Formats: sequence, C-alpha cells, structure tokens
Amino acid sequence: MELFWTWVAAILTLSIYSFLYKDNPFYKIAEHLVVGVSVGYYVVITYFNYLEPNLIKPLGRVKEEWVNWFLLVPVALGVLMWLRISRKYSWLSRFTIAFVMGLSAGLAIPVSIEQRLIRQVEATMFDFRQMPFIWEGLNNLIILIGVLATLIFFFFSKEHKGFLGGTARIGIIFLMVGFGASFGYTVMARISLLIGRLNFLLKDWLHLIG
Amino acid sequence: MAKRMGILERILRLDRRWVFIMVALSVALPLVFPLRLPVKVSEPVERLYHAIDKLPPSGRPILLSVDYDPSTVPELRPMTIAVLHHCFKKRIPVVVLTLHPAGPGLAEDALKSVAAHYPQARYGKDYAFLGYAPGVGLVILGIGQDFQRTFPSDAYGTPISQIPLLAHIRSYRDIEMVVDFTASALYEAWIGYAYQRYGCRVGAGVTAVMASDAYPYLQSGQLVGLLGGLSGAAEYETLVGWPGSGQAGMDAQSIVHLLIIALIIIGNVAYFTVRRKKRLEAESKSAI
Repeated sequence: MELFWTWVAAILTLSIYSFLYKDNPFYKIAEHLVVGVSVGYYVVITYFNYLEPNLIKPLGRVKEEWVNWFLLVPVALGVLMWLRISRKYSWLSRFTIAFVMGLSAGLAIPVSIEQRLIRQVEATMFDFRQMPFIWEGLNNLIILIGVLATLIFFFFSKEHKGFLGGTARIGIIFLMVGFGASFGYTVMARISLLIGRLNFLLKDWLHLIG
Repeated sequence: MAKRMGILERILRLDRRWVFIMVALSVALPLVFPLRLPVKVSEPVERLYHAIDKLPPSGRPILLSVDYDPSTVPELRPMTIAVLHHCFKKRIPVVVLTLHPAGPGLAEDALKSVAAHYPQARYGKDYAFLGYAPGVGLVILGIGQDFQRTFPSDAYGTPISQIPLLAHIRSYRDIEMVVDFTASALYEAWIGYAYQRYGCRVGAGVTAVMASDAYPYLQSGQLVGLLGGLSGAAEYETLVGWPGSGQAGMDAQSIVHLLIIALIIIGNVAYFTVRRKKRLEAESKSAI
C-alpha cells in the first residue's frame, strides 16, 4: 500500500512541476486535487476540534449536568456572520465583525507595542558598557545609524535635501541591504522546497539515494 | 565583437525553461553524488543549542510547538528532528503540541520517529504529545493561566492528571522554555504572550523566508536563539552530531546558490552591455 501512495505522490509531484514547461491538464488535475483535499481536511478538523468539543458536546449534556448556556452567544454571533450572504440582512454581520475586531485589537495592541516598539527601541540604544569591546560597540553603532537613517528616509514632511537628503541616502543603503538579505533567504527557502521534492523522487520513488 | 554581442543578446532572450533545467540538475546531482561540504555554525543557532544544552536532565520539560503544514516540511521537519534528538540525548523532557490544523500528523510522526531511537525513553514520563489545540493566541495565554484547563487530556484522550510528565504542570512556571517551529508569524504570538506576559523563554525555528523578519527579535533578546531555514537545520544537526536531511540538502543548496549568483552576474553583464551598445548605435545614427 505504501508503494501505491509513493507512486501517487510522485505522479502528483511531477504533474505540479509540469507547469514549469507549460499549463496542462495534469497540472490542473493536481491543483484541483490539492484544493479539494485541503477544504475537506479543514472542514473535518474544524468540526472535530472546534465545534464538537467546544459547542456540540457541552450543549448535549442538558440532562447530565449544568449547561453553560452562554455558549449560545458565540453561536448567535456565528449565525449573524452567515447573514453576509443575504442582501437584506448582511448588515447584521457587522456585530460579529465588531466583536472579533475588538477582541483581536485588545489582545494584540499591548503586546505589539511592547514587542515591536518598546523592546526594539531599547535594543537600538547605544550600550556604553560595551565600549571596551570594539566589535560589539561597532555593531551597536551600525544598528543605531541604520535605524536613524532609515527612519529619516520615511520622514516625508521636509524635502530630502542637504543633511536630510544625505542621511536618507544612507537609509536607502540599509534598506537595500535588508531587501538583499530577504531575497537571499527567499531563494534559499524556495530551493529547500525543491530539494525536499527531488529528495523524495530520487530516494523514496526511484531509490537512487541510499 | 559582433559575435560576443550575439551571444549576450541570446542570453537576454534565453527561454526561462533552460534556467529551470539548470536549477533542477544543480539540485539533483549533489543529492545523488554528495560533496559533503562543511557546515559552519552561525551564532543564532549556537545560542539556541546552548540554551537547550544547559537545561538539567529530567528537569522541567521543554515545550515544542510544531506549527507547520506539508508545504514547509523540507525546511522545518529537519530542525524539529534535530532539536528532538538533542532533548532525547540530554534526557530533557519534551512536550509536543501543534497550533496549526495541519500539524498533528507531522508533529506526531516527528516525535515518534525520534523516540524510536531512544528505547529507554517512556511516553508520559520523558515525552508527551498534546495534539492540536485551536485558538493560537488564546491557547498560548491559556497555558499561562491554567495549563490543566487548556489541555485536559493529551492527543490520545488520556487525562493529563494520569500522565506523570504533565500532571504537575500548572503554567509557564513549570516549563523551561518554548521552541516554536513555524512557517508563519506564529512565533511572534509565543513571544508576545508566553515571553512578554509570563516570562517564559522562547526560541524559534522558522522558514528561510521568515528568518530576516525574526532577526530583530533575536537582537532585542526576545528570542533565545533562531534556526533559519534548511541551513539552520543543518547547523543544528552538526551541533547535535546527528546528520539528517538538513545536512544532506546543503550541498544542493550551495551549488544552486553558486548557479544563481553566476546567472545574476551574467544576466547583468549582458543587460548593461547590450543596453550600452544600443545607446551608442542610437547616438551614432542621430549624429549622421
């Protein structure tokens, strides 16, 4: 049975890669299969991990024990969300959206300010205690210059001329280095996926690698 | 000169499928005929390794969050396997969970495949699997508030009060650290809620695409260490002394990178040379 599924996986892999030559029916079949299987998988996962343990089972215990009727509140919010498909009552879904937005913002804002602003600003502070260690001090200096120059590049209230223009240019260099690093990592990520698939084809399917 | 221009112009018009073939060969050949190029360990990887290595054997468990789907397995599974080997070798208790709906099968398979190499390791005592928990941020917060309520049972339905490794865990105070393997920004949620709010140390293993976004968290001390992509996995395998698919893939990775560098240089030389030639031709025509 394992051999059969290895062949299925190999054929589907080759079908997907056949798109690199040109669009063709094998690619289309594999693509539709991925979409269909994914939807089916997530529907099952959602039912058995979200709905059944958190809603259906607790509400089904009416005769056994105390039932948390507050569970009907999220049910009502969910039903309101489905009303988006109705032209007449779609406005009711805004209550659910507002609830989700309020909850998400409340959870995310304090955490984001701490981890993305305060701690990051703190990390750019020049640490004079590291001055005796020339490399650490130099690293700190580069980070400080990079942060200030990049921030100045995004300051659009004054024309980028003179000192402001020169600093903004340094900011561009730092941005380019950042984009270059991201591009390099992206290439590595994409190639890693190809390595994974070719490793499967050569090892598990063709047995060319030990 | 004219012949050289002809070659350069042909390079600019090269069918991209030739590039695909070159990339495919550059990956396939080193996989079949390994070069065994050396792997140099970087500081972020070393930091995570040392953070785990310093943990006492049979002490508080380490929580591994395996949050990826099959599309990123080639990058994230090797690092998951390497970290699991490290924990099992050092007898550091491991609790595995997943916050990704597609993660349970992958997480369980990684855990079982590593545990099989350590016959002395016992499920429930040295390692445990909590399965999938929906809700991401709420689950991470829930562990801090009441672990027992967030996870009443393990992935196989056994109440955690009956599992020695899990029975005494109440919150992050009973967990040494969290390592998140993810292809998304989920590690930020672990930093935000587990580290910022509850002070639990967090390490991350991310795909290479995500790595450059994660570096600011490492530099600001919010991550104890970072594994970035396949190279991060290969470096960790080197430190643990367990060569796996990370190291095996690095030969191919290096050869393809050389190819891409060569193609970028050739492409740029061809582009600028041809552009200069066309500009000179246009200038001479306008002069006539």
